[in-house]
Amino acid sequence: MSYGKSQAEQIREISGVNPHKCMKCGKCSASCPSFNEMDIKPHQFVSYVLNDDAEALVNSKSLWKCLSCFACIERCPRDVKPGKLIDGARQTVVRQRGADYLMPEEIPEHLDPKLPQQLLVSAFRRYRR
Amino acid sequence: MKYSYYPGCTLKTKAKEMDAYARASAEALGFELEEIVDWQCCGGVYPLGTDEIASKLSSVRALDAAKEKGQDLVTLCSACHHVIKRVNDDMKNVDDIQTRANNYMELDVPYKGETEVLHYLEVLRDRIGFEALKEKIVNPLKGRKIGAYYGCLLLRPSGLMAFDNPENPSIIEDFIRAIGAEPVVYPYRNECCGGYISLKEKDLARNMTANIMDSAAGFGAEALITACPLCLYNLGLSQNAARLPVYYFTALLAEALGVKEEVLAS
Repeated sequence: MSYGKSQAEQIREISGVNPHKCMKCGKCSASCPSFNEMDIKPHQFVSYVLNDDAEALVNSKSLWKCLSCFACIERCPRDVKPGKLIDGARQTVVRQRGADYLMPEEIPEHLDPKLPQQLLVSAFRRYRR
Repeated sequence: MKYSYYPGCTLKTKAKEMDAYARASAEALGFELEEIVDWQCCGGVYPLGTDEIASKLSSVRALDAAKEKGQDLVTLCSACHHVIKRVNDDMKNVDDIQTRANNYMELDVPYKGETEVLHYLEVLRDRIGFEALKEKIVNPLKGRKIGAYYGCLLLRPSGLMAFDNPENPSIIEDFIRAIGAEPVVYPYRNECCGGYISLKEKDLARNMTANIMDSAAGFGAEALITACPLCLYNLGLSQNAARLPVYYFTALLAEALGVKEEVLAS
């Protein structure tokens, strides 16, 4: 995948997001249900990609706190889609060998009798390749 | 009227009753759900990467199977609906995905997004009609105060899902009215339940669903209804908050149509 491209370029390419469109209104951060859990906030995602500082973004806690609730995407007045941008960042990580955030071996400790299959397949798709 | 039907993984396992009530209710309302043969899991979440193809093929197969039969495709789980509806949009409007997915599929006739995807609630609203549904109710749920829990996946992104007003929806409230109960509108009805975070970080989901429970109870709801097994699970995790019972909307539908007992007996 994308040899010779910077990680920030890869994030732009996978997400299809144009970070230049952001006008920093902060509506995404105001809408985000995981705001308190995030070290880099949704309205800040674009800056890291614009400044070619993808390393900080992919090493942030925020990568694994996005819930794909699409509130930021719904409410963005500039159609920037911060939720797609952070997914692009997550993809550049989980697409690397051995960089999965969820391992099959840890599944048993997470299980309980009521846990729906939907939760397992969703987590597998977001957290690993 | 016959529809192709995509139940999805959880309706065959932890949420069997949601499926059984939906089928019995469909029969009572005069439409048939014909399960797609050999359907495959939708993956639970829509793959957001613009270069994702393989992870969308299970949805394309289901969509094409419905097209082959000339039927609309009905979903019931919010997550399956979200994934299949968005993949269908890709197949219709994104040339690159359409070409590459069809290259994999090698169908006799390429699939180009022809199938219409309907959530069961949309069948009730747009095909049956809530007025007509009301006339079929034999056991109106009088005096029951029900809060609709929409969550995220049915509503957002609204441009693609085209399900209802994403900030002030009314379809489930109209449904609650049609079955004779009283809808309770509360602020957190379209806030996230935590989704897949509850696998590894249960406490985060607990906090989020506690807010939803307290919001609904504070506005007078006595129970919540949902169309999503993961929302139901996460709502059940909430602690230090109001503990309202949470039902699948099809359970109340079957009860109001007088077919709940036959489902429980079968």
